[in-house]
Amino acid sequence: MKRAVHIVALFSCLFLAGCDLVVLSPSGDVAQQQSDLIIYATVLMLIVILPVMALTVFFAIKYRESNKKASYEPEWHHSFSLEIVIWSVPLAIIICLAGLTWVATHRLDPYQPLTRISPDQPVNPEVMPLVIQVASMDWKWLFIYPEQGIATVNEVAAIVDRPIEFQITSATVMNSFYIPALAGQIYAMAGMQTEMNAVINKPGVYDGFSANYSGAGFSQMRFKFHGMDPAGFDDWVAKVGTSAQVLDADMLAKLNQPSIADPVSYYGAISDTVWDRLVNTCIDADSLCRNDMMMVDALGGGGLEGLWNREMFRGICSAEDPGAFIAMLRPEMRLRGDEIVTAMSLLPGITPDTRH
Amino acid sequence: MATSSDPHGLASGSVDIHPFWGKLSWDIFPFYEPILLVTFIGVVTLGLAVLGTITYFRLWGYLWKEWFTSIDHKKIGIMYMVLGLIMLLRGFADALLMRGHQAMAASGSEGYLNAHHYDQIFTAHGVIMIFFVAMPFVTGFMNYVMPLQIGARDVAFPFLNNLSFWLTVSGAILIMISLFVGEFSTAGWLAYAPYSGLEYSPSVGMDYYLWALNIAGVGTTLSGINLVVTIVKMRAPGMTFMRMPIFTWTALCTNILIVATFPVLAATLALLTADRYLGTHFFTNELGGNPMMYVNLIWIWGHPEVYILILPIFGIFSEVVPTFTGKRLFGYTSMVYATCVIMILSYIVWLHHFFTMGAGANVNSFFGITTMIISIPTGAKIFNWLFTMYKGRIRFEVPMLWVMGFMITFVIGGMTGVLLAVPPADYVLHNSLFLIAHFHNVIIGGVVFGIFAGIVYWWPKAFGFKLEPFWGKVSFWCWLIGFYLAFMPLYVLGLMGVTRRLSQFEDTFYSVYFIVALIGALFVAAGIGAFLVQIVQSIRKREELRDVTGDPWNGRTLEWSTSSPPPYYNFAFSPRVHEIDAFAQMKREGFTRPTDGFVPIHMPHSTATGVVLAAILTVMGFALIWHVFWLAAASFAAALLYGIGHTFNYNRDYNIPADEVRSIEDQRSAQLAQAAE
Repeated sequence: MKRAVHIVALFSCLFLAGCDLVVLSPSGDVAQQQSDLIIYATVLMLIVILPVMALTVFFAIKYRESNKKASYEPEWHHSFSLEIVIWSVPLAIIICLAGLTWVATHRLDPYQPLTRISPDQPVNPEVMPLVIQVASMDWKWLFIYPEQGIATVNEVAAIVDRPIEFQITSATVMNSFYIPALAGQIYAMAGMQTEMNAVINKPGVYDGFSANYSGAGFSQMRFKFHGMDPAGFDDWVAKVGTSAQVLDADMLAKLNQPSIADPVSYYGAISDTVWDRLVNTCIDADSLCRNDMMMVDALGGGGLEGLWNREMFRGICSAEDPGAFIAMLRPEMRLRGDEIVTAMSLLPGITPDTRH
Repeated sequence: MATSSDPHGLASGSVDIHPFWGKLSWDIFPFYEPILLVTFIGVVTLGLAVLGTITYFRLWGYLWKEWFTSIDHKKIGIMYMVLGLIMLLRGFADALLMRGHQAMAASGSEGYLNAHHYDQIFTAHGVIMIFFVAMPFVTGFMNYVMPLQIGARDVAFPFLNNLSFWLTVSGAILIMISLFVGEFSTAGWLAYAPYSGLEYSPSVGMDYYLWALNIAGVGTTLSGINLVVTIVKMRAPGMTFMRMPIFTWTALCTNILIVATFPVLAATLALLTADRYLGTHFFTNELGGNPMMYVNLIWIWGHPEVYILILPIFGIFSEVVPTFTGKRLFGYTSMVYATCVIMILSYIVWLHHFFTMGAGANVNSFFGITTMIISIPTGAKIFNWLFTMYKGRIRFEVPMLWVMGFMITFVIGGMTGVLLAVPPADYVLHNSLFLIAHFHNVIIGGVVFGIFAGIVYWWPKAFGFKLEPFWGKVSFWCWLIGFYLAFMPLYVLGLMGVTRRLSQFEDTFYSVYFIVALIGALFVAAGIGAFLVQIVQSIRKREELRDVTGDPWNGRTLEWSTSSPPPYYNFAFSPRVHEIDAFAQMKREGFTRPTDGFVPIHMPHSTATGVVLAAILTVMGFALIWHVFWLAAASFAAALLYGIGHTFNYNRDYNIPADEVRSIEDQRSAQLAQAAE
């Protein structure tokens, strides 16, 4: 019986789009605009597609061999005016679609801060976006709330109608951070920080997952995204804040062990350097952070000297101990100490006080 | 086998490397996997039966002399098709396993495949279908048909052609070995870094992937060079570029694409191989490696690759439609330019495979719009076929049925493709089952339908008798219905936010869609079965289906002017070409076959070098996969020496005496006279 209902649902889906097509009826403004774009583009293309299909069937029936009444012109193979039409009609449609694409791609660039939270509601410039740092790990999602000083695994929440800025990275292979009801996906990549701006317009619980295959635990790499009103969100933050677990370098290294289908877990406090360690791929305590390596290499050069530097500075994270670097520099470099400190302060995220 | 305590399969990769045996040991045979064990027993039984039959009928000498070592482009073309067909069965078995498993897993059970096994299956399915099914079929057509269409006697480098084929076989053999010795890659058909690097994929599976594609890729590149030179240098007198049949045009563009892009694939895989074997860090997460570079490089090859597959298929349709409508192709010139425009544009669209990587809006818009522009020449082609049907006399023989199926199905795939080219739309559809439905829509609705149209169309040329139409029609309808049942639910699932490559599902909401998709896959299975039945039935009834004229469809191009099957020299005299559709013109003007004045014909000798070299390189690949480095070095040296030795073979060609040509041609004259009575 249940199956029969589903079969009916399937056909109504195919013909009436009457079921839970989250991509076409999302709950966030960004995803809504993306879905509108799908509809516009489809309608534009149907202008060509439907006549082609109809003509195919019509010609097939009309000019079948048994229909001796239809005219037959075996040498007719060219018509300048027809050629103009078959090149220019698709061209015209593609020009429209290209214009639409250019505008929409720029308007919906995930890196740009939002300008509106719904079609009739611009963003209030007073309200800062809620920053959520997202890291894909084997095989779970870590969410860090720098503003609130909390972190979670496999559960994320945001406030309805307040812009969200996701900063995304990966502690492992490439994944793709995707909450269909909220906004389109962006890859999570190690040593990189990608960004996505979005807003949720309706309270509710939505599915989120990795949309890029990442290995054995990929199927279970799912989480729930909660859209909450401000009071509900404050309660949720408070609930997470009561957790005794602290997300520091040790906990991060523990989390980094591969595991499948992890339950939701909360961290009531976070160490400021966790995100730097994630983005700079130095989760293991004895690995050199990527930004530090870059700077050391810039100072010491690549090749053999770079190798020497890597061994020399192994296990140092300048985000945690900005002075450690200077102390270990070779004498000839120590002379350039001021220069180094200046360079370090220019690198984003290298000292806690320079972070946003 | 990976368990939850060994999620990346580290145990199978971290075995000690023995100085003599490398990574080989008794543990590498997956006896513990019941599905594999049963398959293995099946394959061994079937294999022994085939080998036994060949031995019983004493066919080894015949096969070796007439086929394996042959450098006749027609026989090599047929061998490519046989390879494609065998690998289609393997690749489709993988598809059925996936459909069955997903239908079960989406219905609340765990299914019968664990994640590790499932991941190997979708990887193998993709790799096999693209590299060892679609490519051999397409290359087989180009090998068989193109030289006949341009009035040539063989390709430019006949020995190279044989070597190219056997190198492709070598890659296929390595993939097949991975089924039973060790395991295959779990990294997906494009092996995205850093997942495919040593840190995340330490097992031999990735190495099977790399060496199979390294070796087969060399074959494909060589074949591309060979066919480009053939088309440029060996056309019959009078056949200017703008008089070439459209299939030959598409073959030219395809092979230019192959020559330009397969070196990119070779370089990319070489860098990845270096990462895995030499400890370099081109694509790792550590030490300055850049996985994004891998994704760019692999798609700079990967996107032209899909046009390498579809262009010759467009060529097949451009031959089939005029023949069965009894008309000249509408808009020959615009067809040629459309093909060339697609060839060029296919190089500047690769980034549309990863809009979601985070490039800026300008970059994404650029690649989105270039992608859409490709749909203009593609649309022009569709219109050209459409207006070829206009005022024609359409005979709905089996090849034409496939064309009709293609016309309706392909435009849907084209539409969803353009949709995916709009970056913000791609953000929500990327990597979803919508994407899967899209590319199966164009590959099945385009490439596969075209392959079947081509097989039925040129079969009588290759074997001298037509394929029996009943089972052909059954096959067509099963494929068509099967395709729609299997992939329309996937479009819907994609819009429901279901992503690709999932082996487990949280709830049973999607169950019915996956079950319908499974039913579709079973229809396709019936379609493949009907196709095999069609071949067997046709061979049994070959005397009824015999065609002695060499022109069973009232064809328009030169391949129909010679006998079926053509003599090994193809044409007793090089045809003279005066306009497009040379053979249609010859028939119109009452051309008669020359029956006298034959001269000796210069032809190349068969050689075993291609088979032997490919066999040695297969051993080398296997040795490298299992880290048996002494054997790899020895076989590499052997291949090098054997190759150098071959250059001292001066006995490469001979002349067919005029008398022999006369006797073959007289025989045909007698046949034609008998048929005319």
